Amino acid sequence: KMATSSGRCSVEPPLFGPHTGHDPIKALYPMVNEEETPLPRCWSSKDKYSFIGLTQNNLRVHYKGHGKNHKDAASVRATNPIPAACGLYYYEVKIVSKGRDGINTDMPSKKKNGDVRMSPVNPGLRDDLLPEFVYMGIGLSSQGVNMNRLPGWDKNSFGYHGDDGHSFCSSGSGHPYGPTFTTGDVIGCGINLIDNVCFYTKNGHYLGVAFTDLPPQLYPTVGLQTPGEVVDANFGQAPFVFDIGEMMRESQCRVRTTIQNFPVPDTYGQWQTMLHRMVSTYLVHHGYCATAEAFARSTSQDFDEELTSIKNRQKIQKLVLGGRLGEAIETVQQLYPGLLENNHNLLFMLKVRQFIEMVNGTDTEVRGVSRSPSRPPTHESSPSPPCWSNGRTTDPVPGTSSTPPSSSTTSTPVIQQHTSVIQSTKNVISSGQTSASPVTTEELNQRNAQDLRASSPPSATNGTTPVIHLPVPSGSSSSSSSSSSTSSNSSSNMHDSDTEMECMEANSHHLQETNNSLGDTSHSNGFSNGFSKDIDIQDDENEEAMEVENSVGSRKMCGGNPDAIGRMLAFGKEVQHMSQVLRRELGKNDHNKKILQDAFSLLAYNDPWNSPVGWQLDPLQREPVCQSLNSAILESHHLPRRPPLEICVAHTKQLISLMSRSGIGSCAFASVDSLLGSQQ
Amino acid sequence: VEPHGPVCKLLHLHLIMEVLPTYMDVEHSRAYIDQLYSNDSHKCFQAVSELKFAVIGSVREKGTIIEQGVVVRLLQILRSSELDILLKTEVVTVLNSLAKGLPEHASSLVQAGLLPALWEQIETCAGGSGTSAYTQMILCCLRSVYRQGCAPPPPSWDHKLLTTLIQHGYHPPSNQECVANILAHACKTCEQQQQLVDAGGADLVACMLCSPVSRVQLPALHCLAAMCYKNERVSSILATKSYGGKAVPDLLVGLMARDRPRDMQLAAATSLTFLHRAGALSADDPKIIFKTLQCLVRMCRRDREVWERVEAANTLAYLTEVSTELQRTAAMTDHLIHTMNDYLKDTTSSAGASAPQGICGSPISCRQYDNPSTWPELMLEAALKVYASLGANDEDIRQRVIKTDGLMNTIVTSLSAACPAVQLAAVRCLHSLSRSVHTLRTTFQDHMVWRPLMTVLKTSSSEELVTVASSTLCNLLLEFSPSKEHILDQGAVEFLCGLTRRPHPGLRLNAVWALMNMAFQAEHRVKVSILHHLGTDQIFRLLSDTDVHILMKTLGLLRNLLSTKGHIDQIMQCHGKEIMQAIILILEGEHSAEVKEQALCILANIADGDMAKNAIMSNEDVLKKLMNYMVIPNVKLQIAATFCISNLIWNVEEGAAERQNKLRDMGVYKLLQNLMTTTDTALFDKVKTALQQFH
Repeated sequence: KMATSSGRCSVEPPLFGPHTGHDPIKALYPMVNEEETPLPRCWSSKDKYSFIGLTQNNLRVHYKGHGKNHKDAASVRATNPIPAACGLYYYEVKIVSKGRDGINTDMPSKKKNGDVRMSPVNPGLRDDLLPEFVYMGIGLSSQGVNMNRLPGWDKNSFGYHGDDGHSFCSSGSGHPYGPTFTTGDVIGCGINLIDNVCFYTKNGHYLGVAFTDLPPQLYPTVGLQTPGEVVDANFGQAPFVFDIGEMMRESQCRVRTTIQNFPVPDTYGQWQTMLHRMVSTYLVHHGYCATAEAFARSTSQDFDEELTSIKNRQKIQKLVLGGRLGEAIETVQQLYPGLLENNHNLLFMLKVRQFIEMVNGTDTEVRGVSRSPSRPPTHESSPSPPCWSNGRTTDPVPGTSSTPPSSSTTSTPVIQQHTSVIQSTKNVISSGQTSASPVTTEELNQRNAQDLRASSPPSATNGTTPVIHLPVPSGSSSSSSSSSSTSSNSSSNMHDSDTEMECMEANSHHLQETNNSLGDTSHSNGFSNGFSKDIDIQDDENEEAMEVENSVGSRKMCGGNPDAIGRMLAFGKEVQHMSQVLRRELGKNDHNKKILQDAFSLLAYNDPWNSPVGWQLDPLQREPVCQSLNSAILESHHLPRRPPLEICVAHTKQLISLMSRSGIGSCAFASVDSLLGSQQ
Repeated sequence: VEPHGPVCKLLHLHLIMEVLPTYMDVEHSRAYIDQLYSNDSHKCFQAVSELKFAVIGSVREKGTIIEQGVVVRLLQILRSSELDILLKTEVVTVLNSLAKGLPEHASSLVQAGLLPALWEQIETCAGGSGTSAYTQMILCCLRSVYRQGCAPPPPSWDHKLLTTLIQHGYHPPSNQECVANILAHACKTCEQQQQLVDAGGADLVACMLCSPVSRVQLPALHCLAAMCYKNERVSSILATKSYGGKAVPDLLVGLMARDRPRDMQLAAATSLTFLHRAGALSADDPKIIFKTLQCLVRMCRRDREVWERVEAANTLAYLTEVSTELQRTAAMTDHLIHTMNDYLKDTTSSAGASAPQGICGSPISCRQYDNPSTWPELMLEAALKVYASLGANDEDIRQRVIKTDGLMNTIVTSLSAACPAVQLAAVRCLHSLSRSVHTLRTTFQDHMVWRPLMTVLKTSSSEELVTVASSTLCNLLLEFSPSKEHILDQGAVEFLCGLTRRPHPGLRLNAVWALMNMAFQAEHRVKVSILHHLGTDQIFRLLSDTDVHILMKTLGLLRNLLSTKGHIDQIMQCHGKEIMQAIILILEGEHSAEVKEQALCILANIADGDMAKNAIMSNEDVLKKLMNYMVIPNVKLQIAATFCISNLIWNVEEGAAERQNKLRDMGVYKLLQNLMTTTDTALFDKVKTALQQFH
């Protein structure tokens, strides 16, 4: 998983890069969960005084009151308060025009004392301009603060005023702070949510801290007081005049240093050993035997578990992730007698999944029907060199379509089908009616993206189903659809590596779900590409066995085999029976009831893959099952259900989101992913 | 290469501990030192190795070895042509270790002739690969010596040697670091800067800035700063160099980013500052007015190290010294004026601080921060310099600076500080503030700044200090300044007249300027005193000064002296002859129109006197000259000459008719009539006035 997350990070856009997608505001504050704490994006049309008018998507503010004296002041707040998870928040206001009182004629034109040409070093002469400024305040305020006032005058309200350059901190009298401002000036207001201080900028120049000890949940606020005053706000939708990005990088640097220099009591100080332990337990947990062995050897550690046990678990995981639940259950019963018997709910979950896989056409029970007797399943599960790691490194950028990486197009003729390795094999299943309707890669990709992949029954096609052998044009471009071909051998052979791949993905998927919204989109891509590599290699080895499937066609339940459907239905009854027994013995269980209901619902549709309950057929759904089973096995051997490494990462992410909710700004610069990414 | 860092030190220590028992007696007698002189190269190698273990990590041992005169022998081995390169490498390792000791150790190595020996060796193995252990060791040793700040840079580089050195600077990183450090510390004069660029130093620096190793980048920045300091030519070359598609100024901005190490940010900001001051980047370049300025102000904050704050403030003062725009921006950036006030108050807090470790300031401030007890002084000096720059041109900023709590008191006490640098900074600050009429009339009077200022002027031997102080004095002597009287009482006339005899042109200029200001609307006794102390000889000398500014101010002084009828007559009575001579000297000399205009104005003043008129009327040569100036195609000179004529023929005065007749006879009336056709209104008015005087 460490490998996954760092790999993933490398394809993430840089934290404060020039752009991320199409939402520059969101890109400024990547750690803000907008579902919980939306960002201020414009002025609120409700939270304002009546003298305020809003135009241009509520970004331009103008004054429309009498503007006789300060009693006519009017303010407007932004739509949302500033989330603490911004870490460093910033917005800018451009003074589009000053009001009619903007030139102060009452004031004696500033005494021009001084600046006489007299000393040897030539002194400059001041431009003799009348001071110009606006009667407005720019700043922050809490919800509920009177809007018939300029920001800064009341409690929980803070403002920098243009007429005198003073800062007003919840008080009617200001302190000298900065220069005055007027038409054409751009005033920026920033809030550092780590130190809880506020600063301003004028035309890109940093003016220094204005307020300290700010309360939480402040809104960007502007207040005007004179007819004719117009200001435009930039909440980040356009580039700022001030270089806030650099300030953010500094904060990030600071937070990282704080973390790295955080004192740890001596008893916990054995970092190296602890880290070795974490890596080792992680490898063991997920059954990466060889790696774990090698790692343990070079770091001179012991396992808590026997090697054979790890290998057994690895085998079972592969079966589950391959959708061969029947075999998996058998193997578990063989290797861990009593485990499932004592854990009815787990067994039930496995059975339900088996049923789903039967519908899918993947489970051994139904696949066996269409399998060539000459190819026993054992042959297929012969280990293949795990090469998924190659695939990982070529992850495309998340969010882009899953076009295969160009590297693979050159390496092998059968490319585009790996966009949907699984799909292609699925096609094979349905090849009974190989309608030659070509499907473009794009479509395949889309389908993948929609998680419509049916799982692949390895070798299911071999021999029995009619397949068309076509020479595949070498380097067939990804745009030319169709030839979604794969050798059944390869798809089965690669199963070893597939499952590992999936397993890995599963883990990363769960982690990502906790905190990383980007993770989801990238997921399917990484997945299919991971596969592609495998196939490429396999194909090279088994070129004679290449088969070409012309169309996707429509998938059929249980691979369209009537016998298999019969078995599936019979099995369904068995599962239902088991459910009743369970309810009798263990009482009502909503979860069990729901998963059974969902599974049975698949039968209600002609094309279950495209049905509202079709998500269950996604191979990804095997992952939680696989994990539960793996955890149960480990638990039965008194080993931890989850590897410490995953727990640690999950804890950290949880803590960061807790920090965000508790208004601790440092969380903005403590992203686990960016930390891992930056270590590369 | 001698290993660096505590781990390696420990390793050596460990080694020493291991072999210690067998050496116990050796340690006392140091038998291996005898072996050093052995002709058996094997034995000699053994001895050098033992010596190496003895000196690495032990300052005391380094000192002893140097005292024993071992260095001479080591250099002898180094220079010997027949000896093995391995032995020589070992020898340089020992020398490098010795150089890393105290600064005294490094300077005794230099005195023993280490540098020429090393340069020689670099030359001899120039043909070989730069990566050889021997070359690397030599570069390391040179680096260590130069970083101690005690090695005089070669007065002028040998081009071939410099080229070799620069070639070594491209790889590997360890060599780059050494070369960058050597060049940074050995580039002091304008000539060296130019030589460095001619030998390809600019390209090398650009390349090193892009190194991924910060230990290379930092000395490269120092080197860049050293190269472009006050050197317009070199700066303009450096500013247009690029590496990897990025121009040097952009590379510098990259290195100045806020997430870079602070010393790197500071060094990059210094480089950009120097580039700006040498004219390669303009003040309104965003790299200067936004990035560099903000970086330096940020570095002045409280949470930084003292040396960083001092360094940053000094650089900031230099950056903002001239440009009003930068001064205004700096004055509003991050409460800078307030921050500087902290510098003034921080005078006690760091007194007990321990000696700093690993300060990597620029070569310019090499070793400056070694002694924490000097820190308060350094901070004070830096802050005063910043205030001086900020207040140089803008009256608003000046008033804000003056209102800084306790600043005036600090300036006054700093004027009599023991440290000349602090004194200079205080005078600079006072000078900036003295450009405000308001301040002259109020604050300066309240604080009696003239008193310590006069003391500085009279006691200091530093030309720079006296230049700035006399410049300040000029402003204090303006006629509306209440300090003027007090300053006169302090014997300023005598002092300033003495100053006009100094060889430094800046001092002469300021002195004459001050005298000019002093003479403006002054009492007669003051004028007499000036003339008395200055003497006509000195006036002539000043009038023939090669510096046109001095000449102008001297003429200005004469003008101020010769004003109001009574004074004119009295002065002309005593010095009329000399003054007229002086004026003729100017009018006949090869001078610009401005100078001659001043001379004509003096004549006009003289013509305003009663008796003094005769000095002109009796000199037909001068009258002819005047008539000549009335017709030459320069309006200003025409006006001045006409004005003089009009004074001469002024109606109500005694003997006016006589003078009118004489001038009419000479053709002046006719000339004036012709001039009535002028399109210049000022001249027209003067001509008209003059004509009206004629009866």
